[in-house]
This record gives sequence, structure tokens and C-alpha cells, in this order.
Amino acid sequence: MTTDAFLAQSVVYLGAAVVAVPVARRLGLGSVLGYLLAGMVIGPFGLGLVGAEGEDVMHFAEFGVVMMLFVIGLELQPSVLWRLRGPILGLGGLQVGLTTAAFTGAALALGVPFAAALAIGMTLALSSTAIVLQTLQEKGLVRTTAGQSAFSVLLFQDIAVIPMLALMPLLAVSGGHSGEAGHASSTWISGLAPGVQVLVVLGAVASVVALGRLVVRPAFRALGRTGLREIFTAAALLLVIGIALLMTRVGLSPALGTFLAGVVLADSEYRHELESDIDPFKGLLLAIFFIAVGASVDFGLVAADPSGIILLTVGIVAVKGLILGILARGFRMGLDQGLLFAFALPGAGEFGFVLFSFAEQEGVLSSGQTAPLVAAVALSMALTPLLLLLNDRVLRPRLGTREVADEREADPIDEQAPVLIAGFGGFGSTVGRFLKANDVATTVLDVDSDRVEMLRQLGLKVYYGDATRHDLLHVAGAAQARMIVLALDTPEKTLAVVRTVQKHFPHLTIFARAFDWPDAHDLVEAGVDHVYRAPLDSAARMGRDALRMLGFRAYQAQRSSSILIRHDDEAMRDLSEMRHDEDYLGEARSRIEAVEKILLAEVRDGGATRDLGWDPDSLREDFGSAPSE
Amino acid sequence: MARVLLLFAHPAFQKSRIHRSLVSSIPERDDLTLHDLYEEYPDFLVDVEREQELLTHHDVVVFQHPLYWYSVPPLLKQWMDLVLEHGWAYGSGGSALHGKWLVPVVSAGGTEAAYCTVGRNRRTIRQFLAPIEQTAFLCGMRFAPPWIVYGTHRLGPEDIQEIVPRYLGLLDWMLDGGLEHAALDHETLVVPERTGSTPGEVP
Repeated sequence: MTTDAFLAQSVVYLGAAVVAVPVARRLGLGSVLGYLLAGMVIGPFGLGLVGAEGEDVMHFAEFGVVMMLFVIGLELQPSVLWRLRGPILGLGGLQVGLTTAAFTGAALALGVPFAAALAIGMTLALSSTAIVLQTLQEKGLVRTTAGQSAFSVLLFQDIAVIPMLALMPLLAVSGGHSGEAGHASSTWISGLAPGVQVLVVLGAVASVVALGRLVVRPAFRALGRTGLREIFTAAALLLVIGIALLMTRVGLSPALGTFLAGVVLADSEYRHELESDIDPFKGLLLAIFFIAVGASVDFGLVAADPSGIILLTVGIVAVKGLILGILARGFRMGLDQGLLFAFALPGAGEFGFVLFSFAEQEGVLSSGQTAPLVAAVALSMALTPLLLLLNDRVLRPRLGTREVADEREADPIDEQAPVLIAGFGGFGSTVGRFLKANDVATTVLDVDSDRVEMLRQLGLKVYYGDATRHDLLHVAGAAQARMIVLALDTPEKTLAVVRTVQKHFPHLTIFARAFDWPDAHDLVEAGVDHVYRAPLDSAARMGRDALRMLGFRAYQAQRSSSILIRHDDEAMRDLSEMRHDEDYLGEARSRIEAVEKILLAEVRDGGATRDLGWDPDSLREDFGSAPSE
Repeated sequence: MARVLLLFAHPAFQKSRIHRSLVSSIPERDDLTLHDLYEEYPDFLVDVEREQELLTHHDVVVFQHPLYWYSVPPLLKQWMDLVLEHGWAYGSGGSALHGKWLVPVVSAGGTEAAYCTVGRNRRTIRQFLAPIEQTAFLCGMRFAPPWIVYGTHRLGPEDIQEIVPRYLGLLDWMLDGGLEHAALDHETLVVPERTGSTPGEVP
């Protein structure tokens, strides 16, 4: 593609998105539907502006999914996966199993050989992670029971794709088809024996895992030392594109490969950094993906056999929806939640394109079989947001029982920590350890890649990332967190994060560490309510111990140091208001004297202390003895 | 009509079932102040001036706490030591609390049967609270017999459901000035059934 053609295509895609999405939103249709409609309009069967050949469009589409699955993988820590195992395996397993069985049976009944029928059944069991999650997110329904269940099912499907892909070459063997010569040259493994192909597939998967575990982390740590942000973005893109290329070379889905890489890196300290680097690309490519799906609806085929394709599409949606409805009943969802669940997942998914083309390549299915199926998959995907819209506008309002998303307890999907900690040096890490010991989850960000590595080896959950970036705070969960602890190395950085947080996440309560009076004043002035002058507490503790060493009673020394801390905090706040006044120093001096006076009163007999209950002097005068006994 | 100050002292509130239920049921009203001492003074640095100010503005002072070793939790004792100053609460010139009520609201792990001369604790709770009663006397306060929840270890959720309305009844009664007509020589505080309540209504 020449530069000119590339630019022209970009203009068409971006223009379509920029025009269609606001219009769709205005009409209450949601962005996904907007993209899909835009795709249909600019596609080969609309204005014909892009993808005169369907292949081109699909090529675009696949990279959108690649990016998205990488980010989904990143959000999917193995531990979260483990906690969701019940709904994933139960609900997801049943959905995929039952739907596969139903469609395989239907295909067999229509006279399709078993291997081909199974390939069709498996592929149609999948739904579109991209469309469903994006739409649910937009409607704020991800946290409902149905949203959670849908997520679990989609997750199982995403994982089920791996054995499905591995199964295709084996089906080709048992099905007795020979690989079609036309595709043999596209990837070198097609020429290998089926057994070796499976080995190559497994080897490729293993190499992605090894890459994520052994190569990426040290490499990123070295990059972190450069302190250059764009190098990270470049490295993140390099990683995703590199894996996609590797997977394509061995004949695997690049989306699967990057998804795997994402999961492998989900536990790593670079998770948030990677996510925020990839996120804008993902968003843009996802938009292109949705447009491409819209454009890939083969209206030519639909026009040639409208009743057949429509019947196929409606059949797919109806059968899947029915099974989902039965599962919703079986898993005791309420009526409204069951309906939402059944209306979210009945479409086919983008993996359908991948699996059908792979099956065709492997000779399990013929192109005559896949063409109408692919058309039906695309149509049913386009139907998904429409179905959710129907549920939203027509069915839900008629139901009495409604589950409100906000009333639900925090769900296990986003294991969202209520506390973010920025800066994990001695101060931040102590706060973090203390919170952890009290069973409070924290998400920690630090920019020192060596320190992050070391802390990780100590078993602490720390992520590499610059907390002054609002996109990074966002992926670290700032929108859901309740507070942020600022323990950064310099006052300037602390103030920068304060401004970012106040602008983008005003709901977060800020706890900031200050070094001394001037930056404590800066923070108070910037509107931070909780400012901690770091030297104060340890100085007071040292003073307390010094008193003990000099022979003071321990409790008296303790009280005295506690009183110092309390008054010092008050003085810091009051003085912040008048720091620009002429007599700041005079006021500061009188405050210091006031604290001294109070403390001295504790020490000296007959001072101005209020704690007379312990002071026997007045009693001796009054009674001649203490009141008790 | 009386203004009620609830001095609440519980060092392990998060583990208490009965006090959590009671405190969370306390209604918001101007003449009722809940003062959670362990929440206000985790460092035991009681603000004497502030506490005396609070006392001045109320007519009834409730000591609500679990009974620990037959006595009040340490912070409430600290509060007494520091706030009830000589020359303010008692002694010459110490008349700030004269005529106010002091009412213990106490929970105890043992059963009512355990708190009597033949029980394993050998004394009633009112007898154990003699230092508090004497404190009230010395400060010129009127002491009401304790209002008690016995056997907290064995309380089931239904028992607590039954106690909460009785507790709210106690608060209402005190706010309505009921203490003026209370029987003061009992071992426990007797709150009369609310007049005008329909028969069959559980008080």
C-alpha cells in the first residue's frame, strides 16, 4: 500500500468513526453500533470506500482484536482467573458445551460430516468479547450479576479457543479431507505432518510464555532506567506486533498469542504501564475492528440468498439465546438478569472469523461452507448491540425487579484495591505493608525499575509506572479506588500528582507525605486535607526516647510527644493560611512557644495543665488526702 | 425533657455484636449526643476542656460500655480521672455536675443468674459499680441503677433484635425526662412500658 493510499484509508476510517459515533450516541445506540453502521456504510456494499477486497478489511480487523486481547490478557491475572473458576468453568463450560452440541447436532442432521459439524458447532458457540464487553461497559452493566456471568462465559470462550485451534488439524485428519492446496503456501507449517503441526502450535505457545516470563521483564527494567516514556510505548508496540508476527508465521491466531502474552504479563510490574501505553492504540484499532466487522458483512451473499442467510443468523441467535436462558434459570439469576445475560451473548464472535478461516485452511470446511457461516457470524455480531438495546428499551422497563449495578458488592472481576500508593520507597512501602497487614488491598506504582524489581522479589505487589500520568492512574484503578497515598521522592512530583488527581479523579482522598514546612504548606494550599510531615513523627519518637533516657517516666514522655505531634499538625495547617503574610515568622514563633508552654506545664508542678485529675496539689489543700481510700 | 450524652467506651467495637447493633440504631436528634470515646481519643489524650463543655450542655450522662473485670474499660476510667477535676466536678467550687443524672448502660458476658450472691460472680452488677455510684455521689449527680444486657456471649441474632427496641425505648424514656420518676433502689433500671402503647405491642 502506498503512503497516499494508506493516508486515504485512514481518512476514510477515522472520518467514518468521527461522524458515525457521535450520531449513534445521540440516537442512544451506543458507540459499538455506531462503528458497525459506519463500517456497513463505507464497506464494499455501501459506498465502497474501503476494502474493495474483503481480505483487506479482515486484515485490519484482526489487528484490532490482537490489541484488545492483549489488554484483556493484561487485566486477567492468574489469581483472578482462579477466583472466578466456579462461574467460568460451570457457566462457561456448560454454555460452550451445550451450544457446541446443539449446533453440531443440527449440522449432522443437515448431512454435514462429523468433523466439519464439530468445527461449526465449536465456532458458533463463541460470542464477541469485544462487542459484548464494550457495550456492557458503556451501559454500566458489567458489575451486575448478568454482566459478571457474561464476562465469565466470554473468558471461558477465550480460553476454549486454544484447544479449538489445536483441535482443527486433528479434525482435518479424522475428517479425511486433504489440506487445500491453495492455502498450503501461506504458512510453512501447513506442509508439515499434522502431529508435528500440533507440536509446533504448542511450541509457539510455550515460547510466548517464556518470552513473557524471562525476556520482557529484564528488558523493560533496563528501559525503565532510561526514563524515556516513548521508549516504553515503542517497546510495548514492538512486543505486541512481534508476537502477532510470530504467531502468523507459525499459522496461529496472532490474537491468541498476544492474549497469552497479556496473561503472562498480568502479574508483572509492567502491567499498568503496558496497558496505558497500548490503550490508545487499542481503542483506535478496536474502533477500526468494529468498522471492519460492519464492512465485512457480505451483503452480496445476503442478497444472493437472503432467506437462507437470515434464517441461519436468526437460527444461531435463537438457539444460543435459548441455551443461555436455560443456563440463567439453572444458575438462579433473576428474570431481568437472566434476560440481560441471554441477550448479551447470543451473537457469534470475532473468533468465528479466525476459526472458520483456520478450518478452511486446514481443509476441515470448504469455502462453500464457510462463506454463508462467516456472513451469518458478522450479521449476528452486528445484532448483539441491537439486541441489548431491545432488552434495555423494551423488555427491562416492563419488568418489576431490577438490579441496580451500584448496589452490588465489589465483584471479583476487577479485584480493585481501594488504595493507590504512588512512590514505594521507605515511607510508601511502610504504609503499604501496614495496610496489607490490616487486610487492605493496595495498588502500588513506582518509577524506579530497579526498586520495583527488588520489592517484587520481597513478595510485594508493585507496578512500574509514573503516577503523574492520568492514563496510568486510570488503568491502575484510580476511578474505583477510594484514596491515594503520595509518597514520592520530590515535592514537585507530589504536587504534580495532586493536580492530576484533582483534575481527573476528584473523588479520591489524597494522603500526602511532605518533607518539611514549605512543601507541607504547598500541599495544604493545593487543597490537600491530609498532609503528613515525614520527619515529625520520628522526631517526636526520638524526643520521647531521649526523655526516657534522661530519666523521665515512660508514659509522661509518651504523652508529651503525642501532644507535640497534635499541636505541630494544627500549627502547620494554620500557618499555611498565612504563609504569605508579613508576620509569618512571628506567628510561627508564637506557635512554637505555645506548644512549649503546654508541654512544660506537664512537667512542672502547678503549671497551667488541664490534667489536674492526676495532680494531687489542689486535693491536698482541699481534703488533706486523695478522695479514694 | 432532658438532653442525653452517651459516653460510649468500647476498645474492640469492631468485634462487638450487641453494641454495634445498639449504637447503629441510635436516632439522630439534637438533644442526644453520641460520644464514642475510643474513636475520639485513640491515643488516650483526653481533651479535658472539650469534655467538660460537653457535660455542661447535657442533663443525663450515660456510661455505655461492656463490663471488663467488673469495671469500666480503661479509657473511660482515664476520662473520669482527667475530666472530673477537683474544683470543677467535686471539692470546693466543684459544682458543675450538680443535679445531672449518671446512668450506666452495661453489657456483661455472664448471665443474670451469675450476677447475684449465690452466682459465681457473687455480687450484682450494681454492687460492682459502687465506685461509679460513689463518683456520682461525690459529684452531686443522681445515680440511676444500671441498664444491663446479660449473657452477651450467648446472644443470637433474634435476641439482639429483641434488645434493640428496648434500648431505643430506654433512650426515648430518658429524653422524655422519665428518670425523674424512676425507681432508684432497684438492682437494675426499670423502664416502664410506654403509656398509650396498644396491647400486644412488644415494648
